[in-house]
Amino acid sequence: MASYSTNEFRGGLKVLLDNDPCIILENELVKPGKGQAFNRVKLRNLMTNRVWERTFKSGESLEAADVMDHDMEYLYTDGEFWHFMLTDGSFEQYAADSKAVGDALKWLKEQDVYTVTLYNDAPLSVTPPNFVELEVVETDPGMKGDTAQGGSKPATLSTGAVVNVPLFITVGEVLKVDTRSGEYVGRVKSS
Amino acid sequence: MTSQLDWRPSATRAALKSRAQQSAFVRGFFEQRNVLEVETPVLGRCGVTEPNLDGIAADISAQGVEGGWLQTSPEYHMKRLLAAGSGSIYQILKVFRNGERGSRHNPEFSMLEWYRTGFDDVALMEEVGELVCGWLECARPGVTSYRQAMIDWADIDPFTVSDHDLRRRCRQWLDPRQLEDLSRDGCLDLLMSFAVEPNLGTDVPEFINQYPASQASLARTSRVDGFDVAHRFELYIDGLELCNGYWELTRADEQRARFEADNRLRKAAGKPEMGVDEAFLAALEHGLPDCAGVALGLDRLLMLKVGTRNIADVLAFPLERA
Repeated sequence: MASYSTNEFRGGLKVLLDNDPCIILENELVKPGKGQAFNRVKLRNLMTNRVWERTFKSGESLEAADVMDHDMEYLYTDGEFWHFMLTDGSFEQYAADSKAVGDALKWLKEQDVYTVTLYNDAPLSVTPPNFVELEVVETDPGMKGDTAQGGSKPATLSTGAVVNVPLFITVGEVLKVDTRSGEYVGRVKSS
Repeated sequence: MTSQLDWRPSATRAALKSRAQQSAFVRGFFEQRNVLEVETPVLGRCGVTEPNLDGIAADISAQGVEGGWLQTSPEYHMKRLLAAGSGSIYQILKVFRNGERGSRHNPEFSMLEWYRTGFDDVALMEEVGELVCGWLECARPGVTSYRQAMIDWADIDPFTVSDHDLRRRCRQWLDPRQLEDLSRDGCLDLLMSFAVEPNLGTDVPEFINQYPASQASLARTSRVDGFDVAHRFELYIDGLELCNGYWELTRADEQRARFEADNRLRKAAGKPEMGVDEAFLAALEHGLPDCAGVALGLDRLLMLKVGTRNIADVLAFPLERA
């Protein structure tokens, strides 16, 4: 496996640190004019999502982590694993456990495409697209005439996610939701 | 979003204007003091032996000349001028250091270097204070010894601490495996950068002086309170290292010994040994007048003037856009 030296460290680089795959967030050179150079590096541990700050002597190197992002279609769950398939035409399938799926669980809709991060060829994490379109399966009926004027209510979507929606939303409508904030964006016009 | 192909400058027009004003201020300052502006080569035949500086090689073989280095500092050339009888001189130029890029570093940067004949380190610190604080309109600098700064902020006495205790202190930042091959000065540099520097010059600008003799570089040394110290100083403002000055070593034999010691350190660190600049040593043998000299980072001075912590804000085109 390749390795990277401190002067190649930059945001987005994936490396192995203490045997865990990490992504470099920031790399700052710290050097007295004529003295020994160091690098102060911020990394996120991709296994735990914790952010680490580590110091390196300039010239030290870290092994590259075999971490790759792939577009994959979500197929189904058997209760224990969530199954995804590469969209590159290879039909290759990967099974992600609940730890890898994490918070993406509430946005998973069959046949939609997600970013699956593979570490040593096994799913490490699943990231939903920034926006998903999901159908409302349950919400209190809105009051007649009480339209866009303020007020909101919870609505349960087909994946089980609950979002706050305006009072005029009804069961069966398809909503656009921002997965980063979990907020309602708008109704999807039915064609 | 910044793009690698962004053609625009990263500095605002106001910052570019401030740079022009800064150059004019510096030139006016030295004109008033009768210090001669000079130019020396940016592309020289020799590099430097400094263990922690990496030059950028420039192939000049087409000229039938061996070697070729973009200069990390104009020091040797300027000292040759002094030895030839130039009197006090200053220079504004670009210098180059490989591998140095960060919020405070760019591999190509602007340096102001000047030498004052008949000055010692104390007299030159006074003049540095006048220049820097005249331009930044700030309070005059205080002075703290290297030893006191280490005691205050790193809780160690750099002259008496045992190697064992020094390493243990460094464990806050580096693990034992990383510390194994770090020299005593390397450990002190770590503490200086991580524990001390962020606290320096936060109220008023602060000179650090009386460095350990092992970090003398091109400064003369003497004994103070029973410890060998270098007549070397640096100025810090808001935790930013701004300049490095020496009461200059004038002895050729001592200078040669230091170059050779540097090359031993380079070899131990797996770095290529560097050829010694014989023309510079010949000038020292001829006789360098008693003088003090200082190198000041103009980009950093400008960062303080315009109030930014990122060097890219004061450079038209930092490395990624160059």
